[in-house]
Amino acid sequence: MYEFQEQIGFPILTVITFLPALGGLAVLFARGKPNVYKGITLAVTGVNFLLSLVLIQYFDRYTATMQFVEKVPWISSLGISYHMAVDGISVLLIMLTTLLSLIIVPASWNYIKDRELQFFAAFLFLETGLIGVFCARDLFMFYVFWEVMLIPMYFIIGVWGGPRRIYAAIKFFLFTFAGSLLMLIAIVAIAYLARSNPFATPVFDMDLLENATFSYQVQVLAFLAFFIAFAVKVPMWPLHTWLPDAHVEAPTAGSVILAGVMLKVGGYGMLRLCIPLFPDAVVAIAPYILVLSIIAIVYGALVSLVQKDLKKLVAYSSVSHMGFVTAGIFALNIVGIEGGIMVMFSHGLLTGALFLMVGFLYERLHTREISEMGGLAGPFPVMAAFFSFFALASLGLPGLSGFVGEFLSLVGLFTYSKPMAAVASIGIILAAAYLLWMYQRVMFTGLRDQKWYKVPDYSLREIVSLAPLGILAVWAGVYPNTFLQLIQPPAARLTEKMAPYMAESGSVVERIFASLGGLF
Amino acid sequence: MTPLQEYLALSMALFFIGTWGVVARRNIILVVMCIELMLNAINIALVAFSNYSPIGGGRGEVFVFFVFALAAAEAAIGLAIAIAMYRLKEKLSVDDLDEMKG
Amino acid sequence: MMKTAVLLIPLLPLASFIITGLFGKRYFKEKSQYLSVAAVAVSWLLSIYLIIQVERGEELSWQVYSWIAAGKFKVDIGFLVDQLTAVMLLVVSTVGFMVHVYSIGYMKGDGGYYRFFAYLNLFMFSMFMLILGNNFLMLYVFWEAVGLCSYLLISFWYTKQSAANAGTKAFLVNRVGDFGFGLGIMLIFVTLGTLSYSGVFENAGRIGSGTITAICLLLFMGAMGKSAQFPLHVWLPDAMEGPTPVSSLIHAATMVNAGVYMVARSSPLFHQSHTAMFVVALVGTFTAIFAASIGLVQNDIKKVLAYSTVSQLGYMFAALGVGAWAAGMFHLVAHGFFKGLLFLCSGSVIHAVSGEQDMRKMGGLKNKIKITYWTFVIGALAISGFPGLAGFWSKDSVLAGAFNGGYWYFWLVGLIAAFMTAFYMFRLIFMTFHGKPRDVELYSHAHESPRSMTIPLIVLAIPSVLIGLVLGLPPEDGHIDRFLEPVFEAVKGEAHHFGALDVGLMALSAGIGLAGIFLAWVFYIKRPELPEKAGAHVGVLYKAALNKYWIDEIYFALFINPVRALGRGLWRWVDVGIIDGFVNGSARFFRGVGMVLRPAQSGKIQAYMFSMLLGLLALLLVYLALTI
Repeated sequence: MYEFQEQIGFPILTVITFLPALGGLAVLFARGKPNVYKGITLAVTGVNFLLSLVLIQYFDRYTATMQFVEKVPWISSLGISYHMAVDGISVLLIMLTTLLSLIIVPASWNYIKDRELQFFAAFLFLETGLIGVFCARDLFMFYVFWEVMLIPMYFIIGVWGGPRRIYAAIKFFLFTFAGSLLMLIAIVAIAYLARSNPFATPVFDMDLLENATFSYQVQVLAFLAFFIAFAVKVPMWPLHTWLPDAHVEAPTAGSVILAGVMLKVGGYGMLRLCIPLFPDAVVAIAPYILVLSIIAIVYGALVSLVQKDLKKLVAYSSVSHMGFVTAGIFALNIVGIEGGIMVMFSHGLLTGALFLMVGFLYERLHTREISEMGGLAGPFPVMAAFFSFFALASLGLPGLSGFVGEFLSLVGLFTYSKPMAAVASIGIILAAAYLLWMYQRVMFTGLRDQKWYKVPDYSLREIVSLAPLGILAVWAGVYPNTFLQLIQPPAARLTEKMAPYMAESGSVVERIFASLGGLF
Repeated sequence: MTPLQEYLALSMALFFIGTWGVVARRNIILVVMCIELMLNAINIALVAFSNYSPIGGGRGEVFVFFVFALAAAEAAIGLAIAIAMYRLKEKLSVDDLDEMKG
Repeated sequence: MMKTAVLLIPLLPLASFIITGLFGKRYFKEKSQYLSVAAVAVSWLLSIYLIIQVERGEELSWQVYSWIAAGKFKVDIGFLVDQLTAVMLLVVSTVGFMVHVYSIGYMKGDGGYYRFFAYLNLFMFSMFMLILGNNFLMLYVFWEAVGLCSYLLISFWYTKQSAANAGTKAFLVNRVGDFGFGLGIMLIFVTLGTLSYSGVFENAGRIGSGTITAICLLLFMGAMGKSAQFPLHVWLPDAMEGPTPVSSLIHAATMVNAGVYMVARSSPLFHQSHTAMFVVALVGTFTAIFAASIGLVQNDIKKVLAYSTVSQLGYMFAALGVGAWAAGMFHLVAHGFFKGLLFLCSGSVIHAVSGEQDMRKMGGLKNKIKITYWTFVIGALAISGFPGLAGFWSKDSVLAGAFNGGYWYFWLVGLIAAFMTAFYMFRLIFMTFHGKPRDVELYSHAHESPRSMTIPLIVLAIPSVLIGLVLGLPPEDGHIDRFLEPVFEAVKGEAHHFGALDVGLMALSAGIGLAGIFLAWVFYIKRPELPEKAGAHVGVLYKAALNKYWIDEIYFALFINPVRALGRGLWRWVDVGIIDGFVNGSARFFRGVGMVLRPAQSGKIQAYMFSMLLGLLALLLVYLALTI
């Protein structure tokens, strides 16, 4: 029962998961000393980022087996164990989480006005929840971390948010929690159904669950329960309406983490649980999910086009971009899955950066209304350069990270169905439309007020937060193999698992009809 | 040996007296005392079951100790609430405790 | 050595872009040109070296590193240098170098001086990579990258609303084309499992006929966007909002040729689909005459040249479509030089009259700006097909290709467009340089441009005169035909012997060019009152051409406004109305139910207790009723 891989000499996953929570406790004891608690936050997130680099360094990227395994029985009468392990997908997302958590510390150094201490503590607890989700190999632990990340985020929106923060926070909480409850039911159900006999303990361990087989009805129901929980997080159309409200009200740092990491948890869950546990159901339901994804891509882009609030525009663009994630994943081939993961990674970098930019502009202009901006490239040339860089990367300009993911995702979708890929490609045209039109209205044309020339263009703090994201975006665009290598083995493993179930062929319409026959 | 039914009859009688007290009395101290009565009724039943059960062997009695502990805690808190309430409202009727009215 | 050259050609401008972009604002300022021009100059020398190597029979195919590897999808960054690449390199590096030199003078004193040179360098990098790449994905990547540079440079003067709009429009229209290009690439990958040129072309024969037509048409959609073919031509005239050197380099000589290059590069694919070839020829020919007809009546000096570019690109596609591959590339080279020259000349004119672009305010400038005038005339004669100059040979080989391929209708339309070309070019010359000055104020201040601007004009005038003779003689077996033979070997039609008929055709196209010039002379020098009369005579046609056939307005009505309305509708009705309505409605429902049940919460513990007892009793009764 006890298992501990001596890959690095100490339980790195436990450390990387719980270090932020310890830091959060420490922060709570530093009441009234801003420099102390900010320092602690910076140190903890910094160390955690370094640890994630160590993790990648020692990670064996040529195998699909789970690594850095730490397994200790916990509640053995219920079959629950403290089980942590990672594969390439987790490692990549952990790195993204620690990086974004590190970056938001300087970005919100002077941003929060009251209850600053609690703000930084909440962030550290949030980081624990997020990393825990990526590490957990036990469904019970997965669920615990899943809820742990929900609560700090609720407070971050509800306490430090904008004028309609209460509405946004409750909406966010209810959407996600409704999904979580469905997932909880499904977790308990499959844990009991996976037992070998009625007297055995329930099975919560993902390793064991992956080898269990469920009847088709169970698979479909459990799949849908998990899927809805994850789809709310992604968010998939039509479960996305909490996102624009949450983003508009959340403080900058909250938006960055929300868009950068929390949305990825949804896609991660689909890869980690939906596909390996319920292969039959996935094959049957995938066409519908793809249709929803394509609706999300086009719909998000169209709605983005007409937004008046800069932050809302970026929020709706997330709906569109995350559509590429689910489209890639549920194309159920290796290219699509890798593409979907790359979109997650790159969206984390780019949308995180765009939200930071919106926050920085807001700190200067005290407005987010696009109609009140214009000509800002004059007074803020460096900001404008960064903004154009991230906007262009976000619209999928080749050579930057956005392109690699979206293109792979589309190739995967194209392999699955040509018409679907064609419709999804419209999203790329629309992405250029809403981002460039927005950029033009914000940065180009005449300046409204000459007083902005007196406001500083940039500060070191801002450059320090943006530059790493920019460098990674270029890296992932020019040499994406660094990241693709990490996710190749797990993606291959997923598709191998799907292979026996993917026997049928034919057009999408035929497949949809075929699956309808199977469902009812 | 006294048949089990007689113990159970006693237990039930005590339990209903207690229940009646909890529902009908207005004085908070009497309500707390009636709750004690109900708990003790259960204790009698537990001990009786334990003695008559083939796998008894003191298991019922162990539960009784748990109930004792619980009853003690409950009495302490109940009386504390009663005192606090008296200080606050100078009344001891449970009818006056309707702050939770929806 | 070849490898080093291939690496350095794109990397030098890239390095210069990074350095100038990062430090230009603070440190280089008015000295930004030295580094960028030097980088491009070295790239030019290396390009010439590379062309000489290719001329000697060397070729290079080199995988540098694996770029994307996801499952079966494997794409490398790699270089391919063959004859086609060499031809493109010649145009890109030469015109690029000249435009850099020219910009030193043209952009002097502009606030964004360093920014301009940085962007130009980035463009040179992207363009070099585009023509040097060895697979379709690299082509796509740098295709978009040159589009980005075009966007940045069109909206260079970003405070002008029109410039900002034009930049966005250019990028978007190109994206529409790239939509097809991207799908074409995916179709190639799904069909063949590879994207490298060599892999695709070797296996081109294995593709089914329907699929190959689909691939070719999707690829051609990309070419239509980049090379501004109808109906995606709308961005190029607006792109004239950018500084004139940009119009010359990107929107005349190099980037817009990328579409032609792509079709020529994919000749093994296009060759297999008769339908696709016919579509290419049809779109090209139609665009040639369509754009020329708009060019006849424009009054903005750069707009005339822009429509002329669209029209000439149409010629190139027509040539490719009828199977005259080498002729198409020949026209590309010749056009690159003389149109680059013409744009630089127009820039010099605009510089002379302090930014005015309306030809109706010019006139009589020929004595004031002599070098500009004479080089302009050379360029105009070259494009009009004046016997002996570059355009004569290249345009004739295009037309001859159409005629000999059996497409006499394309030939006829091309001939009419050639007539129009000659007419509008000399209309431009006569309105700008001849006659009496229409705006005395502008005329009196007119002055010749500095030497950094006039030298590139003279340098580019030389190939405009000579390149036809060097490359195109004798017709159909000229140097360029023999040089490109290895590239187009597999797709060559049957051999054709140059005969008396061809001489006749040549004479005809020369004659029609001269007729166009003569007509322009009659209209604008001899009897200047004629144009107005003629315009009134064909009122509707004149108005339609002047308004560019209302294509922009049609697009607004058909696409842009409906899409915005759709977005607004989805947001207001679906998002806020239906989905949030449902969410808030369910919240309101539960709230309502709570209000109904609220009195049950009396706050009296004993009441709760009593109801619990009743409930228990009821359950017991139910249990008893069921068991007994």
